[in-house]
Amino acid sequence: MLSLIVFVPLAAALALVGLPRLRDAPTRWAWVAVAAVDLALVIVVWVRYEKPAPGGLAFEERAAWIPGVNSSYHLGVDGFSLPLVAMTAVIFLACAVYALRERHRPRAHAALFLFLQSVSLGLFVAADLILFFVFFDLSLVGMYFLIAGWGHGNRGHSAMKFFLYTFLGSLALLVGFIGLYVAAEPHTFDMPALAAATPLAGRPLAGGLVLAAILVGLAVKTPTVPFHTWLPPAHTDAPAVGSAVLAGVLLKMGTYGFVRIAMPMLPQAWRAWAWVVIVVGVVSVIYGALVALAQTNVKRMIAYTSVNHMGYIALAVGAAGLVAADTTQARTVAVTGAVTQMVSHGLITGALFLLAGVLRDRVGTYDVGAYGGLAAPAPAFATLFAVGAFASLGLPAFAGFIAEFQIFTGSVAVAPVTAVALVGILVTAALFLRALQRVFTGETRGHSIGFTDLRPSEIWSAGPLLLLSLAIGILPRPLLDVIEPASAAVVDLVGR
Amino acid sequence: MGMRPLLLLPEMLLLVGGLGALIGGSFVPRQRQWLIRVLTAVVLVAAMAAAAVQLGGPVQRAFEGTYAVDTATGVARILAAFGTLLVLTLAADEIAASARESETYALLLFVTTGTVVLAGADDLLVLAVGFLLATIPLYGLIGLVNTASGAEAAMKTYLMGALFGILLLLGVTILSGVAGTTMYGDLTDRLTQAPAVAVAAATVGVVAGLMFKAGGVPAHFWVPDAAQGAGGTVATFLTTVPKIGALIAVYRFVLVLPRTTSWALLVAIFAVASMTLGNLAAYWQNDPRRLLGWSTVSQVGFLLVPVAVAGRSDLALPSLLVYLAGYTVTNIAAFAVTAALPEHRELTAYGGLARRRPWLAAALLVALLGLVGTPPTAVFVGKLTTATAAWDGDYAWLAVVAFVNTVLSLFYYLRWIVPAYRTADADMVATEQVSPRRWSARTAVIAAALSLAAGLAAGPLWQLASQQ
Repeated sequence: MLSLIVFVPLAAALALVGLPRLRDAPTRWAWVAVAAVDLALVIVVWVRYEKPAPGGLAFEERAAWIPGVNSSYHLGVDGFSLPLVAMTAVIFLACAVYALRERHRPRAHAALFLFLQSVSLGLFVAADLILFFVFFDLSLVGMYFLIAGWGHGNRGHSAMKFFLYTFLGSLALLVGFIGLYVAAEPHTFDMPALAAATPLAGRPLAGGLVLAAILVGLAVKTPTVPFHTWLPPAHTDAPAVGSAVLAGVLLKMGTYGFVRIAMPMLPQAWRAWAWVVIVVGVVSVIYGALVALAQTNVKRMIAYTSVNHMGYIALAVGAAGLVAADTTQARTVAVTGAVTQMVSHGLITGALFLLAGVLRDRVGTYDVGAYGGLAAPAPAFATLFAVGAFASLGLPAFAGFIAEFQIFTGSVAVAPVTAVALVGILVTAALFLRALQRVFTGETRGHSIGFTDLRPSEIWSAGPLLLLSLAIGILPRPLLDVIEPASAAVVDLVGR
Repeated sequence: MGMRPLLLLPEMLLLVGGLGALIGGSFVPRQRQWLIRVLTAVVLVAAMAAAAVQLGGPVQRAFEGTYAVDTATGVARILAAFGTLLVLTLAADEIAASARESETYALLLFVTTGTVVLAGADDLLVLAVGFLLATIPLYGLIGLVNTASGAEAAMKTYLMGALFGILLLLGVTILSGVAGTTMYGDLTDRLTQAPAVAVAAATVGVVAGLMFKAGGVPAHFWVPDAAQGAGGTVATFLTTVPKIGALIAVYRFVLVLPRTTSWALLVAIFAVASMTLGNLAAYWQNDPRRLLGWSTVSQVGFLLVPVAVAGRSDLALPSLLVYLAGYTVTNIAAFAVTAALPEHRELTAYGGLARRRPWLAAALLVALLGLVGTPPTAVFVGKLTTATAAWDGDYAWLAVVAFVNTVLSLFYYLRWIVPAYRTADADMVATEQVSPRRWSARTAVIAAALSLAAGLAAGPLWQLASQQ
């Protein structure tokens, strides 16, 4: 079943490339159809999902791949991966709908996106480190071509910077993986086996070095300060759908690695270095928010709020490493909040980037100063953007609130000093309100005059993402019920 | 022990095939020389078949124990013959009906024979013979193109080959002198009692000599010139096939040395120097062949990583063989793209290739990303397992250096990929008319597909390479 979910988009991509002279309109609709089918399959999995035993996986599939180094084609989902798989399928469907108006080589565009969807889904269901790495690296290649081929501005340079930077991160990750493999007895790349074995338990130095390699790899991808410099140019020059996928899905690969790989496999090292992760998280939160405040380019601003939002996740998973006797409950809440934040950020920021793309589509600039009073000519756009902005700053009734509330409840209970990160929420609120005010309110002027409001494909791509985020904000239980057992399990593993 | 010549059937087929091509070529008119090409292909396929039959069997030795027929030799035979077969398809475009066609095939077969002999040598003298057999015809091959740069490349190769050939022979002489034997089987014991300085000096000589064949530091200077100056067929061949034999020969040779000589460090230093220097030198190359030439120097560095931990990690030999297999198809794919577009002698000439020739561009993409080590291509599996072997053999730093170098290498491969996939380009108009050579383009696509397939089917490949 999982293999089907992963490889249906890839098969469709190959078919699109292989079919001679398919016309553009059928291509676009075929892409939407495939993404919808894939989402339907994910929903089937969600409905039939039963909580696996701690440390186990549901819907497991396994086949030999490179038995010589104990690496296998091993797939499975648990409470961490299932929500991310679902979010990935949702975002890719939204992108397919948004791209119904794509005029620039739609066939190659659709094929590349379907390829990216396959590798993203594959990464979240991979239960083998090498398989994880394969998908991780391929996602870089796919995103590189997306930015270089369909971006704008200084796209070649941005794409190259993105590729080199994240490739460096991916190799650091691989070094860490090999370290885990060599330390494990018997040698293996299997994730559940490594989590059960905790290979570097008694060796603080080696464990610290391997953790450092893995953390650098994940931090580049997440990205956290100081490895975030590739993100703003990549986002600014990427096409709207590319930004949505980059922020919504690809960034989660880094944070997912924290809870899937670093914490369960290197619990001792994680506890020893938890403060470093917390500090990096807090710095990312505050720095990201402050720099976002200074931006006048809408896309750059949203990109920096991503650094801020990813900082919350680092903060929460770091706090989960501060093991003390009576804080198990709080740490579980923090981890649950972190995973909820991954889903919520994917939905909300994905929607915001799609909406920001509308600005460029209409008049070709993201500059805040070029607009004013946009709410009058484009009420639907103003409404959706405002909803997205409020959701992103953590207004109650949206998923972001559920996530950040849990993150802070858990983290502050474990380490009260982390409350300084609350400043980040304040700054984010200020910057979003200011941007809304400058772009949408006041007298209609500049590029706002004659601005065409949202078209159906734009409403039906960004709208559902925000609706879903609203649904999670009001009825978080179904999601939390899936995440919480996995959080409890990983907190247990870190406590070993 | 005995002669058991039948064990050497693949080598004999190659050698006799080479002689046949040489003699047969004199009796066939120039327009019918393709007959000789077919003959060469048949010989190569026959050699592969013979090698495949022996591959499953137990380890055996021929010629009084001086020649090992084991998994490494078997894989080297198949890889070398297969690589030459792919190279032969490039020749179908480039040198068909040219004045030196059958001679080229004969020389290719001789070098292939020498390469296989190098891989199987279990005796210092056989090693020397293999070296000479794999080297001398190479000078001729490089000089075949009648151009100034070809002549310069041949000259450089000849001088470097002479120098390092002498170093190798000197090393062989010293070792046989202090040990009183040339057989690998007896060397280990005898060398422990021999003077350490002599053994160390001889080791440097032999390994450096083999580095000439592999095209790695310190004997790499001829590689970029030869890759640039020689014809497409020969450039592809000399950067691919001889490495197979040379690297396996180094592996076998260092296993013989006593632990007292720090050969592992020597090999590690050569490895680091090769990959770093190859990468740095490739950075600003504008000729795609020269860029690839330097890239092969850096690849030798990666290939030396498992050799440095020979005997310390069970993964060393299988990972070396898997990497060699991946390297052979991937490197041939990259060179075949340049052979398909021989007029494109600058990276910018590839502008817009993806639009004009999507398949060729895809082959180039797979080949170059493959050489970087992007999954799921075969070189990725090679890099992964060699690095794992290095770490397993207590050379974790070497694994880290290899990965740092991998990041460095990405940049120059991207310098080539980027124009090929750029959508709108002014250069496009100028190169619009050039249509790629058919056979070379097909070879590029097939080799790139093989490189992907070998990565996905790494399991069986690994099993094949790790048989005892």
